[in-house]
Amino acid sequence: MVLERAEDEEKWLAEGIAAIQQNAFYMHRALDANNLREALKYSALMLSELRTSNLSPHKYYDLYMRAFGELRGLEMFFKDESRHGVSIVDLYELVQHAGNILPRLYLLCTVGSVYIKSKEAPAKDILKDLVEMCRGVQHPIRGLFLRSYLSQVSRDKLPDIGSEYEGDGDTVMDAVEFVLQNFTEMNKLWVRLQHQGPGRIREKREKERSELRDLVGKNLHVLSQIEGVDLEMYKETVLPGVLEQVVNCKDDLAQYYLMECLIQVFPDEYHLQTLEALLGSCSQLQPTVDVKMLLSQLMERLSNYAASSPDVLPEFLQVEAFAKLSSAIWKVVDAHAEMPVVGAISLYVSLLTFTLRVHPDRLDYVDQVLGACVNKLSGKPKLEDRRARKQIVALLSAPIEKYNDVVRALTLPNYPRVMEYLDSSTNKQMAMVIIQSIMKNNTCIKEADKVEVLFELIEGLVKDVDGIAVDELDEEDFNEEQNYVARLIHMPYNDDSEEMLKIMCAVQKHIMGGGPKRLPFTVPPLVFSALRLVRRLQSQDGEVVGEELPATPRKLFRLLSQIIEALSSVPSPELALRLYLQCAEAAGDCDLEPVAYEFFTQAFVLYEEEVADSKAQVTAIHLIIGSLQRMTVFGVENRDTLTHKATGYAAKLLKKPDQCRAVYACSHLFWVDDQKGIKDGERVLLCLKRALRIANAAQQMASVTRGSAGPVTLFVEILNKYLYLFEKGNPQITSSAIQSLVELIQNEMQSDSTTQDPASDTFFASTVRYIQYQKEKGGVMGEKYEPKKV
Amino acid sequence: MVLVLALGDLHVPHRAPDLPAKFKSMLVPGKIQHIICTGNLCIKEVHDYLKTLCPDLHIARGEYDEETRYPETKTLTIGQFKLGLCHGHQVIPWGDLDSLAMLQRQLDVDILVTGHTHQFTAYKHEGGVVINPGSATGAYSSITYDVNPSFVLMDIDGLRVVVYVYELIDGEVKVDKIDFKKTTTTTAH
Repeated sequence: MVLERAEDEEKWLAEGIAAIQQNAFYMHRALDANNLREALKYSALMLSELRTSNLSPHKYYDLYMRAFGELRGLEMFFKDESRHGVSIVDLYELVQHAGNILPRLYLLCTVGSVYIKSKEAPAKDILKDLVEMCRGVQHPIRGLFLRSYLSQVSRDKLPDIGSEYEGDGDTVMDAVEFVLQNFTEMNKLWVRLQHQGPGRIREKREKERSELRDLVGKNLHVLSQIEGVDLEMYKETVLPGVLEQVVNCKDDLAQYYLMECLIQVFPDEYHLQTLEALLGSCSQLQPTVDVKMLLSQLMERLSNYAASSPDVLPEFLQVEAFAKLSSAIWKVVDAHAEMPVVGAISLYVSLLTFTLRVHPDRLDYVDQVLGACVNKLSGKPKLEDRRARKQIVALLSAPIEKYNDVVRALTLPNYPRVMEYLDSSTNKQMAMVIIQSIMKNNTCIKEADKVEVLFELIEGLVKDVDGIAVDELDEEDFNEEQNYVARLIHMPYNDDSEEMLKIMCAVQKHIMGGGPKRLPFTVPPLVFSALRLVRRLQSQDGEVVGEELPATPRKLFRLLSQIIEALSSVPSPELALRLYLQCAEAAGDCDLEPVAYEFFTQAFVLYEEEVADSKAQVTAIHLIIGSLQRMTVFGVENRDTLTHKATGYAAKLLKKPDQCRAVYACSHLFWVDDQKGIKDGERVLLCLKRALRIANAAQQMASVTRGSAGPVTLFVEILNKYLYLFEKGNPQITSSAIQSLVELIQNEMQSDSTTQDPASDTFFASTVRYIQYQKEKGGVMGEKYEPKKV
Repeated sequence: MVLVLALGDLHVPHRAPDLPAKFKSMLVPGKIQHIICTGNLCIKEVHDYLKTLCPDLHIARGEYDEETRYPETKTLTIGQFKLGLCHGHQVIPWGDLDSLAMLQRQLDVDILVTGHTHQFTAYKHEGGVVINPGSATGAYSSITYDVNPSFVLMDIDGLRVVVYVYELIDGEVKVDKIDFKKTTTTTAH
């Protein structure tokens, strides 16, 4: 059926075009002969083809364009009175005798065009007459094209300012009224098309209407191009005229298209000054019209206008743009309560973008928009719709991106409230946006209360929420998240120690509830943050006299103890041990001997009870020895206890080589190269000798179990230690002792039962070279080395 | 000429959030032939970042590194030089140059690169050169007060190595350089 119809249309169009061409041929012949009568006859016949009802708008347009082309020749003929001898006034009368109304009116418009040009009558009178006469054609498609013709021929003859048709009572107002009237009538015809024909071809109707819309919209273009239409006239005449028709026609297709047209065609400056009228009409449109889209378009245009130059910004303030737009939007959202949430939120996003562009310093406005969002979401369960979630993320990200300063967003009371409505994965996504913004912009967060708000916002990352266990998360994602949180902990900072302490307490409060999986990430940064503060306090003198206790190192160490203690729940003994040692060293620097001792105790307890892996023990004991070696705060008793313990554990490591190395490392515990450092030559020697014994035992074990003695590396290492301590002036280490050791090594290396090891050989060789070098140095060192024979 | 970047002790995220922006903008991929890292990165993200700067990446294990399989020491040859790498917490007393010299003799290298103290040093002794590139992020250290972010770039050319040290002091990058020469191709004296 449809295909048949389409084929038929093609046929009719072809027939129509043929008929036009034929009549046009005769018309032109008559024109050439200056035969007015014949010309009118054939032109009327030609125009009769436009009386068809059979064509869709698209095809009708083809036909129309043919006729239009031919009429230009006719118009030229009409203009030249010498050719037909009839005055234009009479001609205007004459063409009205044409039989059928449609050809009659086309001819009338054509003559009218010439009439206006002749200036024998005021333009406005002719225009008024024409626009009224066109009422005679009420068929939608035919009427629209007729009026479109009128619009086209009159376009350059409107009594605009500066035009030749202005003057003597012919003013811009007349031009405007003419166009408005034509527009109004065209819109009525256009709307009527919707109701023509049976219901089942409604879709087809809408398509046809869509094809015709530019004919109607063109009038708005014309209005926008009339020079004489200034803001005043737009406000008083043009806009009310247009809006009245738009609202009253009650047709959703027309309303949407025309409002859109209006917004696009007229300058933004005008829209700004007529916001109330515009927005008022928006609220009166049919319920099915997508008002949000219109409002978004309007706001986007206004946003761009604002961005174009800072000079225009005061205008926005003057017209209270934000107040008007926001209340229009609240109304729309309220009126359309059934609108899905995503629609409302995308409106808020448009409004927020506008606000950030136009009023970036008005945080209260930004907060209002967020507040509207909170109201919309309240009472509802957490958002399920993915698009709605995306929009909320856009809403929340906009202020952060604009200000590049998360702290500003933190001051908006409604910001955290909006976040509460997010489901946990979107909440985490948003939290990451916030953290990344802080990291990228190096945002400094200076106050503890802001830190509180921040950590509440990122709560989803910091602890388990909504009963979702951490195990369900992808491990890599989880680690990435937690590393971000860890890095974030370094960002809050304040020069004032009291405030800094408050900040750290705030952070501690939030991370302590993170659970065993998060603590290993979040505890270390907090610990080092605290240690940095301790150092800062060290350099400040004395205590501030006041009612509140100032932040002190002692307080911080108590805090540190608590924080590291939490790691036992993970459990994370190796990490905790390292952190205890750091605190011990820091306490030592603050001269707090008991505190330092306590930290060492904790470290040792962990070593004894929790560090079971032998490789981990080796590292741990070296860290203990290394830290202890540097400590100067301990009195003799405490130091003895600790060094004794350390040495004892060193000797108890599983593998003999490890034992050996740890034990000779301990020798440094008894010789500190500092003026008031300990210098216990005997204990040093004891360690070294013990190391030697262990090395020997290792050699023997190797012979027994593997059939040959192991490499001599350990001996060479011990030799180097002997040399080191010898150089430092330890009286217990004699030249002869070194001599014997050298000989021992040489023997071992030459012995058949020793495994050859190029590494040890090179090591020994370079050690020997070193001894040689020291000898040749001369001076004090040379003398010391003199007795050595290598 | 061969460019070798030496850096370490970044302690991300335990002690520092990231490399300083000024360093990041200087460290551009494709300009460096080798990277030697003294350890304590501490996380994989830092490893991956360094890998983008240069695929030939050598790392020694620091006591806080997430990756426990990095070696305790490493040796490699670049041009005429033998380099040794070790984090340094294993060598007691920490930061003691004579003890480090012992390690250098043991590894039999011309240049020993170590860290742990977060303090830049470049020291020449009869056995060779000991370089500590400091902490690239200026991380807290129990050993050194007032740590400035620093790293080292070595330009190895034949028997000569020029050591450039970049330090971030009060927001400005300051550069210093030190020259070292080997006398023979076997060991430096």
